[in-house]
Amino acid sequence: MARRSAIVATGQTHHRSIRRDVNGQEIINEAVTRCLEDGDLTINDIDAVVIGNMDHFEGINYVDCWSVDGCGGFMKPTIKLTTGGTTGSTLAIAGHHLVASGAFEKVLVIGWEKNSESDTTGAINTAFCPIWDRPFFAGAIAGLSVTAQSYADRFGATPKDAARVAVRDRRHACLNPYAHLRKEVTIEEVLASPMLADPVCLLDMCPRTDGACAVVYAAEGLAEKMCPQPAWVHGVASRHMFSYVSDADFAGGSLFSMERAAQELYKKTGIKEPLKEIDVIEMYQPFSWAGLIWTEDMGLCKKGEGPKLVWDGVTDLGGELPINPSGGVVSTNCIGATGLIRAAEVALQIQGKAGERQVPDVNLAIATGFGGCLWTDMLAYGKNKPE
Amino acid sequence: MSNVWDSVEPRVLESRIKVPYAWQAGETASHFLLSLKNETKFVGKKCAKCTKVLVPPRKTCPYCFVETGEWVDVSDEGVVETYAVVRRDTGILPVEPPFVYGVIKLDGADTGLVHIVGEVKPEEVKEGMRVKAVFAEERTGKILDVEYFKPV
Amino acid sequence: MDKAAIIGIGMTKAAGRVKEANYAELVYPAVVAALEDAGITIEDIDNIVTTSNDFWDGRTISSMATGDVSGGYDRNVSCVEGDGAFGAFYGWCRALSGHYGTTLVTAYTKGSESVSPYITNAAFDPIYVRSLGLDMVSGCALQARRYMNRYNVSEEQCAVVSSKNHRNALNNPNAHLQLDLSVEDVMGSRMICEPMKLYDCSPVSDGAVAVVIANEEKTKKFGKKPAWIKGVSFCMDNYLLGDRDLAECAALEKAAKQAYAAAGISNPRKEIDVAEVYDAFSYQELMWTEGLGFCEKGEGGKLAESGATGKAGDMPVNPSGGLLPSHPVIAGGLIRIAEAVRQIRGEAGDMQVDKDVGTALAHGVNGVAGQSHCVWILGKE
Repeated sequence: MARRSAIVATGQTHHRSIRRDVNGQEIINEAVTRCLEDGDLTINDIDAVVIGNMDHFEGINYVDCWSVDGCGGFMKPTIKLTTGGTTGSTLAIAGHHLVASGAFEKVLVIGWEKNSESDTTGAINTAFCPIWDRPFFAGAIAGLSVTAQSYADRFGATPKDAARVAVRDRRHACLNPYAHLRKEVTIEEVLASPMLADPVCLLDMCPRTDGACAVVYAAEGLAEKMCPQPAWVHGVASRHMFSYVSDADFAGGSLFSMERAAQELYKKTGIKEPLKEIDVIEMYQPFSWAGLIWTEDMGLCKKGEGPKLVWDGVTDLGGELPINPSGGVVSTNCIGATGLIRAAEVALQIQGKAGERQVPDVNLAIATGFGGCLWTDMLAYGKNKPE
Repeated sequence: MSNVWDSVEPRVLESRIKVPYAWQAGETASHFLLSLKNETKFVGKKCAKCTKVLVPPRKTCPYCFVETGEWVDVSDEGVVETYAVVRRDTGILPVEPPFVYGVIKLDGADTGLVHIVGEVKPEEVKEGMRVKAVFAEERTGKILDVEYFKPV
Repeated sequence: MDKAAIIGIGMTKAAGRVKEANYAELVYPAVVAALEDAGITIEDIDNIVTTSNDFWDGRTISSMATGDVSGGYDRNVSCVEGDGAFGAFYGWCRALSGHYGTTLVTAYTKGSESVSPYITNAAFDPIYVRSLGLDMVSGCALQARRYMNRYNVSEEQCAVVSSKNHRNALNNPNAHLQLDLSVEDVMGSRMICEPMKLYDCSPVSDGAVAVVIANEEKTKKFGKKPAWIKGVSFCMDNYLLGDRDLAECAALEKAAKQAYAAAGISNPRKEIDVAEVYDAFSYQELMWTEGLGFCEKGEGGKLAESGATGKAGDMPVNPSGGLLPSHPVIAGGLIRIAEAVRQIRGEAGDMQVDKDVGTALAHGVNGVAGQSHCVWILGKE
């Protein structure tokens, strides 16, 4: 029988630019150990392991096989998923399916990345088709800046509007002991930072980070016994749209995959007024402009009104619908883990364990993932079991 | 569709991806590799739970999933558990074929170390053969600071 | 777990080099064939799991290369990196988790587009092992020697497997190599990495495969010839070769035990009618038939010599030829599943085994020297 699942434990490393003191296995082990401790579990309680990262960032083939010392997968079912930037959220979705299907009772899900071990842009470039796209498409920033430019043209948003998003996330990060960048920035500092690709400046953009995150999913019946407040999965959705960069619609002013994923998720969960009904969002927002555009694509406000939502303080901690209380991706981006950190942070919010970044009265929370060729993953978690 | 290719040669794009890597070894591996470099000595790490001495050493025991405890000196001599004779040049080999890979259980260790068995004719390598490490003259803190293991 | 079945299969003809198609163009015909075989269209597919490997493709986010041809546009898509049998496991879970009813699972590799030793060398630990230059072949050779020494298995016994499988492939229109090899031909082939000679090693091929997995409701709606999924399990051993007892396959035994338990099988030799196993090297079929319980430990060679694992035998193994004649890497395990489905349906043509097939086994492997195994049991009912 298909059944409900919940996140019952989480763990993450203190994310840093370069973790010189540990190798890949050891950084994974840190997150896993913390997660097991959080759930008062041992590795013997785990039925299966799901792990992911972006291969070319560490240059290790068959990472699931390599990761045994770090992930505890010795003589366990272990499987690897990877979908680029969405890897972490893909993993979060997989943990749910593996439990909900009845295959396993307790699944350990791990996302990790040691970006410092490679040339990030060199590695990302290999994602694109060598014949049509790779010669022209330099890394992640180029495409994102095009979407920002076209959105600005269409709706009149300014770099200052985008900077306000960066300011918000960097301020939130100061309350998150795990975040990588824990220093506030001002609007002026963002606007004055070096231009990467019009209109995206350095401080609009996420850093690259070494870090790992682990969560445990448990089945209904067990989850309630394992922790006082499980974070129940209410729904999951994803949209992969394109394979070729040139097929993607960069100039439409919207993230099509997010609109479609949000529609599906809201339908599944019965959400009709997202701004009212959702209590907190951890958005995989790799750069500040996305914090304007994607609030609209998630249906939190009308197209073009993202800046107003942000300037009104709605999305700040203390506002009606805080976004990225953890500091989000512009404060921490260990890619394979990043999407999973969104799910872990949302789980912490529901469990009331988010410390200084806690949003009060969280009943329903959303975690999103972004990556690949403008793909979106979305997960909804709740305090109570879904219908 | 197939007749499209009758008179047209499919084009092929020859290319290479270039992604340089710099892997952090971590404290445990660094200790082992520096011991090879500076002292031509092998060390293993003992698991606090199962008491296996792991060579090469790990921070966490892969069997028990607990942190390993004390460092233990192990011998530079041991036994060949299994071997394979490479005949084909793949372009990434440290020595020219034919040569022999072996899994060597050093005296004092409970796990095997993968390395090369040298100074031996391939047909003479046997399971159970005793071998001893031969260190490179110039060592930089890498696994190839050990050039190979030779029969004793 | 709830009932589910494989209701459609499709694959391309594997070849040494398919210059006329890129990854997407290789996968698309397999997908089209699977949909046709299931009697559905892409509109009936709820979600997709693609299986690929970034290193073999030379592309990080390798799933991006075949998303659209797998029907990924505006759909729920995920990607497993590892052998296709594992991808299908996840696809099966997704069909049963309450969100979706039909999962399309694809797997492919174009082995010709890279230099395989570089690719498999990258599977070895960068700190302690990689610079030694090991690859899949030498890594497996270490296992072969250990196994053969412990159980007194001869190179001839391995050659029997190679000859059987290559000859089986003569009946398989999709196989890459179609060579009528005798045991002498295998024994006389050039030594690659002792104890393995050329014909003890599988080639590296280009190929793609797709299957459609459906839950019970959708199977009843669409499935014309369902192969029911009776039990699936997978299990991973330790990583460093020196941490493992290479002469044994503990992870396979555990996975098989769990899959058999789920399928209600207590005597695999009697109850499994045909098996498609992951024989990347000839010694592996011997080891895996033992690990799967088709014979006692160390008796795999005798089993092969007896003819029991031939098409006409009582324990046919790899009537399609397995991997030895045809190895599109990541597609390997999923092709085993597809071939097992054919056997259950009685549609394997000249590959169809003589005995009646009620229960079939398919098997996939991830990692070096059989580190991680995935076992599938399929049934007619």
